[in-house]
Amino acid sequence: MYSAETRRSFLGRSACGLGSVALASMVNPGMLLAAPHGVPGTLPLPQKAKRVIWLTMAGGPSQLELFDYKPKLAEMDGKPMPESFTKGQQLAQLQGQKLVCKGPMFRFQKYGKIRMELSELLPHLGGVADDICLVRSMTTDAINHDPAHMFMNTGAQIAGRPSMGAWVTYGLGSEAENLPGFVVLMSTGKGRTPQPIAARQWSSGFLPSRFQGVQLRSQGDPVLYLTSPAGVTRERQGADVQTVNKLNQQHARICDDPEIATRVAQYEMAFQMQASVPDLVDISGEGARTLELYGCTPGDGSFASNCLLARRLAERGTRFIQLYHRDWDHHSLLREELPLRAKEVDQACAALITDLKQRGLFEDTLIVFSGEFGRTPMAQGNKGPVGRDHHNKAMSMWLAGAGIRRGVTFGATDDLGYAAVEDVVTVHDLHATMLHQLGIRHDAFSFKFQGLDARLTGVEGARVIRKILA
Amino acid sequence: MRKSLLLITLSSLASAAGPPVPARIEFNRDVRPILSDNCFYCHGPDKGHREGDLRLDLRDEALKAGAITPRKAADSELVNRILTDDEDDLMPPPDSHKKLTPRQKEILQKWIEQGASYQQHWSYEKPVKAAIPAGRNPIDHLVQKRLAEIGLRPSPQADARTLVRRLHFDLLGLPPKPSDMATWSDLSGKKYDELVSTLMKSPHYGERMAVAWLDQVRYADTIGYHSDNPHNVWPYRDYVIRSFNTNKRFDRFTIEQIAGDLMPGANQETRVGSAFNRLLLSTEEGGAQAKDYEQRMLTDRVRAIGNAWMGQTTGCAQCHDHKFDPITMRDFYQLGAFFADIKEPILGRREPGMMVLDAEGEKKQADISGRLAALQAEFARPRPELAAAQSAWERKALEAVMSNGAWLPLKPLTATSLKKNVNLKADKDGIVRGVIDKKRDERKQNDGTDTYMITARLPKGATGIRLDALKEKSPGIGLASNGNFALSEATLTVARNQKQEKLPVLLASATFEQRGFPAKNTIDGISDQKLNGWAVLGATGADQSLYLELASPHDDEKAVVTFTLSFAHDGNHEIASLRLSATTARPPVRAPDIALPDREVAAILRTPADKRSDPQRKKLAEAYRQIAPELAALRTKLAMTEKEKADFEAAAPKCIVSVSDTSKRTVRILPRGNWMDESGEVVKAALPGYLPKPKVEGRDLTRLDLAQWLVSKDNPLTARNVMNRLWKQFFGTGLSKVLDDLGAQGEPPVNPALLDWLACEFMDSGWDLQHMIRLIVTSHAYRQVSTSTRELTAADPYNRECARQSAFRLDAELVRDNALSIAGLLVPKVGGPSVKPYQPEKYWENLNFPTREWQNDSGEGLYRRGLYTWWQRTFLHPSLLAFDAPSREECTAERNRSNIPQQALVLLNDPTYVEAARTFAARILTECNNDNAGRIEWAVQQALQRQPTAEESKTLSMLYNRQLADYQKEPAAAEALLKTGATPVSPGLNKPELAAMTHVARVLLNLHETITRS
Repeated sequence: MYSAETRRSFLGRSACGLGSVALASMVNPGMLLAAPHGVPGTLPLPQKAKRVIWLTMAGGPSQLELFDYKPKLAEMDGKPMPESFTKGQQLAQLQGQKLVCKGPMFRFQKYGKIRMELSELLPHLGGVADDICLVRSMTTDAINHDPAHMFMNTGAQIAGRPSMGAWVTYGLGSEAENLPGFVVLMSTGKGRTPQPIAARQWSSGFLPSRFQGVQLRSQGDPVLYLTSPAGVTRERQGADVQTVNKLNQQHARICDDPEIATRVAQYEMAFQMQASVPDLVDISGEGARTLELYGCTPGDGSFASNCLLARRLAERGTRFIQLYHRDWDHHSLLREELPLRAKEVDQACAALITDLKQRGLFEDTLIVFSGEFGRTPMAQGNKGPVGRDHHNKAMSMWLAGAGIRRGVTFGATDDLGYAAVEDVVTVHDLHATMLHQLGIRHDAFSFKFQGLDARLTGVEGARVIRKILA
Repeated sequence: MRKSLLLITLSSLASAAGPPVPARIEFNRDVRPILSDNCFYCHGPDKGHREGDLRLDLRDEALKAGAITPRKAADSELVNRILTDDEDDLMPPPDSHKKLTPRQKEILQKWIEQGASYQQHWSYEKPVKAAIPAGRNPIDHLVQKRLAEIGLRPSPQADARTLVRRLHFDLLGLPPKPSDMATWSDLSGKKYDELVSTLMKSPHYGERMAVAWLDQVRYADTIGYHSDNPHNVWPYRDYVIRSFNTNKRFDRFTIEQIAGDLMPGANQETRVGSAFNRLLLSTEEGGAQAKDYEQRMLTDRVRAIGNAWMGQTTGCAQCHDHKFDPITMRDFYQLGAFFADIKEPILGRREPGMMVLDAEGEKKQADISGRLAALQAEFARPRPELAAAQSAWERKALEAVMSNGAWLPLKPLTATSLKKNVNLKADKDGIVRGVIDKKRDERKQNDGTDTYMITARLPKGATGIRLDALKEKSPGIGLASNGNFALSEATLTVARNQKQEKLPVLLASATFEQRGFPAKNTIDGISDQKLNGWAVLGATGADQSLYLELASPHDDEKAVVTFTLSFAHDGNHEIASLRLSATTARPPVRAPDIALPDREVAAILRTPADKRSDPQRKKLAEAYRQIAPELAALRTKLAMTEKEKADFEAAAPKCIVSVSDTSKRTVRILPRGNWMDESGEVVKAALPGYLPKPKVEGRDLTRLDLAQWLVSKDNPLTARNVMNRLWKQFFGTGLSKVLDDLGAQGEPPVNPALLDWLACEFMDSGWDLQHMIRLIVTSHAYRQVSTSTRELTAADPYNRECARQSAFRLDAELVRDNALSIAGLLVPKVGGPSVKPYQPEKYWENLNFPTREWQNDSGEGLYRRGLYTWWQRTFLHPSLLAFDAPSREECTAERNRSNIPQQALVLLNDPTYVEAARTFAARILTECNNDNAGRIEWAVQQALQRQPTAEESKTLSMLYNRQLADYQKEPAAAEALLKTGATPVSPGLNKPELAAMTHVARVLLNLHETITRS
């Protein structure tokens, strides 16, 4: 067995960390050494997606107002929720409360050639309905925000597991030059108080640290510690980095430690990042038409800006780009707040698809739009004006690009939208499908941890959702 | 740059190559890993997942099923199945993505030919202590015996500089000072042992040792889930440091942590140790279900015991019997049941915890308690001299009671506070009670002031209002810690024409007025002045009332009147419980000069004096003492002392610890780990079935039994586990590499005899860690050079055999300690609350409930050792994170040791390191009075404890000259650089020179060698 040290040493010499080739623990390093760089290695499956852009709507958007229209629920508005649905089930803040049906609070309409039924709050997304695949039968295991995010990102509700972005960059490396392979961007709705998001959501867990997500911040240093100290120009910084590397190389001649070569490469990489990241985040050079398409202004830190940055990252070869937009947790004030959130993301999502298409990146970029759970068909009224509680039996999400069928709705919930009943999709299924599009067999993709072959898709079994694949 | 490749292939490729198959097959070394990795998943201990009713983990079962026929490989079904070409019969089946290598197949055949003998898994066997020839260092004997077997020779001893540096990092986590280098330049004879002893006596030894243990027990300052709010645990961190510093025996250390509250002679120290049981993750998320989190907490604890002590991955058995180790679900939940007695909220905020006092604190506490007790005794003593005054009071009080009928209690419609620092609730009798919001208090959102808004209707013709502050709780009728309140202003308004109109009050009077705080202040129109209000210190032990005479009778009994009660005196000088009444009696409305007695006293007063019982008489005397003017000074003193006690207790360090509850939580086996499924059997605490254990009958097992069992000599795991991890600290890798799994899926130790010997010696020594460390660091194996030869690297590339030492990067905390130490900035204080060194702004922007901003400490808090940095689980300090410090959400035995660009960014740009560089530069310029070449030589000595080579000197000089010339052209840039960090720049220094030297210092702090222990 080869240990972590060799892999690291090897990677250090050849590829220097971020963006370097990763090896699953079971890979035969001999083979890798023989494989020339720049040539795709043995991919178990055809690689439809070269990268992922995951739009995470943190807090749990209401599918019943956005994606999953339920006329029967509208009829039942104000009536008690039939007990047959809810008996003995796990509820969050409605546990022990009187359960009353709440009909959809917004109108739906049909969009695109395929007449996809979407909320009136999503006109722009409707404009690209023929490009997306809407899944109405998504489910999850968790029902509180923190565990639900963990489950969605890592396939487990126990902290300490690698998030999907880490898994994917570990498996595939990155093509980004001088940029991280797994980037996280965060925006917050201009609403009430959003749910917290923990850094563990982009942690590399037990995978090597270099695969952890790097947060691209909209305020302060775009990457932590990126900016040189006051008074230190790029030239002065360069002189120091050069001197560090020179001395390290001199030292390497005395003690033959492969870590030193890695260290030298990392200093070069860090120095390059100090230039390449500011260049990446400076969107002022984007044309007015592009800014208008997304609906953002440079430096506004909005979800729309982040979508534009996602496209720029995609162009530069970043493997896994995850956007969070916070403040979808509408226990109350759903009618008042949801339109604001929808407005913040609707145009930008459509713009991202349009922009990727016109740049030829749509075909090999997998876009996923999801929350961490759905919301109940029952009203929640104990927190102020009406809202909906957390719900894990049914939620909606959409996927697009990279070999996903276009203009399709998939799966269905029961008449009241309480539970997914047709083509039920689990989080593990979603992960398996995403990996599949990336050319990875989820059941063979593992890392030895605590004696086990740990997998993103867990031990319970997961299925690739073949019906949504083109 | 390089395009990437994807290389995920089948596990079979992993061991394609490999050493030749040994002549004599050994089950644990050669066979078990193959069976465990490829077969046990379906043919192992988990009966829920067993295929074909076949077990290969037990010899009898495998023979009975015909899978193995000893000495007849060809007749064994196992061999047929692994060799067949038929995909349907092939084992492991193709869809498992597992495939045996030719070498593995050969081993299995050979093993069966040799008789297919099994061994119990190595770590479950009792360790055996090898005999060591007299006069030999046992470690060297066993290391070298093994080296001889595989044809390797030990390396020579490293030079003194390397050894002193190595020992300092390994034992203190700090670099040696140049003076240390001088003292220990010669390590011959007894000097080496002396150095080791000196270092072990340092208070920094405990800090160094604590780092790994704190990872293993997932010690952190916050709760981990969702809002990730703080919990009070830092005294536990200091307990760990202290335990290492005093060389507490590891068995005692164990028992204190798991059962420190249950030990005979439990004391503050052992109870703080028992905080271990509280270090887990908890949540304050709304909508969280208790059963869900009860299960999370149970499993968290079982994983922790498994990881920190047993080296076992118990986590799998939460949902099913372990597939590779003999741990069953029953074992898992029975282990969890040991902790079912721990008193704790399952959801929501943790309690502040036990007060933890040092010697000085205890002295102060005893002093306050003593004075308080004396005052209380003085206050309570019988006072015959007051008899006359008391009977006069009784008469007047009775009068007041009799005339009270004219007062009609008001029924509040609403009662809210403006700031919510105090939460109000009205009961059905109309009494409004205020409780300080603990959460806001802890989050420092409570400024100590608030305003009560109470609405009620007044009877028609009301002429006066009475506000009673009721004595319901200690210390008094106010919420302030001395039992006082200060009502700044009381206004009555009524909504008329969509405006709030004031009801004028003519006069305010009260049953008692603290000097300087008369009742009239409540109607003077000033509501926001701290010292302008009505207060009652000196009479806080009885009900007190404020009487307000209305300027004109109130005429609208339908109008809703709003009472606005402002309390502007901070420290929460609000009224605790209050009742509002109104009268329609003819004015004037004036307070009697005595407090209206409470209901119970009133009843006694109505009883004729000769009919009163003894307890009633006593009660009356007590009531009088609360208001007797003669005792006012004493009461004030008492209240102040009570406040002193309360303030002392509020400020004292606290720690959440284990407290055993007599009623235990019910623990069930949860089918598939599903907490909503309550069909599983209820279980009691029991030790795992697969390990030797004592017989206990006639009583339930407790945490004390669990702890004692973990460190009993019959337990084969704990000592091995601790020694394996200790080995890693001193050699870079454990003897068994997979630190958190000594089970079937882990790695059998490369040198089993050595690990066994260490484990036995550890137990025989009475679990003496320093004894073991001394043995290790004085061995030749430890003292070898870490440089390798080509032959050695070829034969043992990962240095598992210890034919040399290893070089590895310092742990995250030590990277910081090293830089601060070289710079001369390190504050060497041991222990205390966690500190907040510089952290990038907005790093916490995604935290909520509440939102938070990290506040950098000032002063020494900026320069403490890394292990004292505030450990925020969801957002660990980014410079620690960059160097692989774990978030401590789960127990961590093995830290990654990565080499990533973020580390370069931290060392180059984090203000901590920039400030360290410039203060180091100032030292270079002020402490070394030499030319530049001499200064650079001095600096390298400080950072690396060696002379620079000529080439290095030249490189650094060139950098200095380059930057100097640059800064001389642009002195403003030098100024800007030197402003980084809080340390003042010493005025005598030439700034361009200092800035240029800062670059030299910065380069030295960034060197690979600087952050490497070799």
